[in-house]
Amino acid sequence: MTTPTIVRPGFWSIRGPLSQRRYWLLAVLGLIVPILAWWLLANSGWVEKVFMPSPGSVWSRTLLWLTEDNLLQDAGISIYRVTAGWLLSAVIALPIGLLIGTFRPVQALLEPLTDFIRYMPAVAFIPLVMLWIGIDEGSKIAIIFIGTFFQMILMVAEDVRRVPAAQIEAAQTMGATRMEIIRLVLLPSSKPALVDTLRITMGWAWTYLVVAELVAANSGLGYAILKAQRFLQTDKIFAGIILIGLIGLVTDQLFRLFHRKAFPWMHKKS
Amino acid sequence: MDAQKVVTIAPRIRIRGLGKIFGEPPNEVEALKGIDLEVCDNEFVTLVGASGCGKSTLLRIIGGLEYHTSGELSAAGKSLAGPGADRAMVFQHYSLYPWLNVMDNIRFSRRLRVNREDLCSADVEVASGRADALLNLMGLPNMANAYPNQLSGGMQQRVAIARALLGRPEILLMDEPFGALDAQTREVMHDLILHVFKLERATIVFVTHDVEEAIYLGQRVVLLAPRPGRIDTIYKVPLPAQRHQDMKHGREFLDLKKEILQRIRETSGMKTDTDLLEQFSRTAGGQ
Repeated sequence: MTTPTIVRPGFWSIRGPLSQRRYWLLAVLGLIVPILAWWLLANSGWVEKVFMPSPGSVWSRTLLWLTEDNLLQDAGISIYRVTAGWLLSAVIALPIGLLIGTFRPVQALLEPLTDFIRYMPAVAFIPLVMLWIGIDEGSKIAIIFIGTFFQMILMVAEDVRRVPAAQIEAAQTMGATRMEIIRLVLLPSSKPALVDTLRITMGWAWTYLVVAELVAANSGLGYAILKAQRFLQTDKIFAGIILIGLIGLVTDQLFRLFHRKAFPWMHKKS
Repeated sequence: MDAQKVVTIAPRIRIRGLGKIFGEPPNEVEALKGIDLEVCDNEFVTLVGASGCGKSTLLRIIGGLEYHTSGELSAAGKSLAGPGADRAMVFQHYSLYPWLNVMDNIRFSRRLRVNREDLCSADVEVASGRADALLNLMGLPNMANAYPNQLSGGMQQRVAIARALLGRPEILLMDEPFGALDAQTREVMHDLILHVFKLERATIVFVTHDVEEAIYLGQRVVLLAPRPGRIDTIYKVPLPAQRHQDMKHGREFLDLKKEILQRIRETSGMKTDTDLLEQFSRTAGGQ
C-alpha cells in the first residue's frame, strides 16, 4: 500500500511557516554563535588581548566597575541625560509635528526648514553648544536634543498625516469642529504611531550619548568608554558598549509592552 | 397652511448650474460642468458613470467636503457651505474609529458640541436607546463591545451606516459604500439599506460604479458623463417601491441595465474590444 505524500512548504519557502520550536532554536543560535565566535577569536591568540578582550574578562571588568568604580552612578547619569534630552524634544516636537501634519500652511512654513536642519550633524554643534550653554549638564542634554528633535518633528508630522482622510471626513459630516477633529480623531488615531515614534527616537537619543559626553563630562557610560580608551582598557569599552545596548533593549521592550497594554484594539483580532 | 405646503414640496437638494474646477491655472481640470439636479424628500437617487465622470466629486460637494466653483447648491431652501450634521456620509472604507468599540463608534456624534448644546438627561436616554435600536436594526446586537478590526468588511459598513444614522440626518450620502464587499454580502447590504430607507424616511444619494446596484436601489438613476463631468441622462426606474432580489432577473430590469451600460460605454470615450478588433481587421484587410 502506498501512503499518500503530503507536500509541505519547504524550510526556505518565501514567507513560509516556521514552527515555534524551530523559531526559538534559531533565535538562541543567533545569540550564542556570535558570542562563541567572539570567545574563540579572543582565546585563539590571533588577535592581541589588548584589542580583543575575551567575554570572560569583559564580564569580570563589568563586575569590578560595579563594585569599585560607580557603574550604577555612571549608568544613572547617562539614563538621566538621555531621558531629559529625549523628553525635551518630545514635549516640543509633538505639538509642532501635530500642527505640521494638520495644517498645510504650518507645513509649508516649517517642514522645509526642519528637513534642512536635520541633515546638519549634531556632533558639529558641540562647539556652539559649549559657547552658548557652557559645559555643565545642560550642554549634554542639548546635544541629545539636537540629535533627536528635528527628526522627531518630521516623524510626528508623518504619523498625523497618515490618519485616513475618511476618518477626518466622517467626523466633519457629523458636524465636528476643527478642535474636535484634532482632539477626538487625529490624536487618538495617530497615538499608536506616535508611541512607536517615541520608541524609535529614544533609541537615537542613546546613540548621541557618547557624543554628548564628549563635552567636559566626568561621569556617565559614554564618558567611561572614552576614558577607558585613554588607558587602553578595551574590556571596559566592550562592557560600556554592551551595557548601553542592553539598556536600549530593555527600554525598547518596555515601550512595546506599553503599546500592547495601551492599544488593545490594535493587537486584538477576532 | 399654504406656506407649509410650499416647504414640503421644495426639493430636499437643489443643484443649479453647478461646476467644479480642480487646481490652479494653467493646470486646471474641469471636474463638473453645468450640473442641474433636484432630489426630492425621501427619494433614493443613485449616481453612476464611467470613471472620472465626477460622481464622487458631486457627492462630496453635496456633503460639504469639496467646494463647487460655480453654480448654486441648496438643501431645504438653504444655501450650503461646508459639511454639516444634516448631511451624513458613508464612505467606502477606513472611516470607522479603530480605537473605539462598535457602540462608541455609533455614538461618536454624541460627543460633538453640536449635539451637546441644550441637552437634558432625557435626550441622552433617548439617544442611547436609538444607538441600541440601530445596532439591532443593523443585525449586530452582540457586537457592541467588539472593535472594528474584529469585524468583517460587511459588518464594518453596517456600523458606519448606523453611526451616520444616529443623528437622524435629513440626507444620507453614500460613496460606493459596498464597493469593497463581496457579491453575497453586497446583496444582503442592498436589502438592509432599502429597509433602512423605508424605516428612516431619509433622502439618499448613492454613488456606485455597479449599474445593477444603482437600478436595484434607486428610484432614479443619474448617469454622468466624463470630461467634463456632466449629467448625461436621468433614468426613472420602472420598479415598484418594494424591491426584492428576483426583480434583478426581470425583463424591465435587464433592459434598463443594458441601456445604461451601453450609454456608459458610449460616454466613456474608451474604445471597446469590438472597436479595436474591427479597426485591426480593417487595417489588416487593407494590406
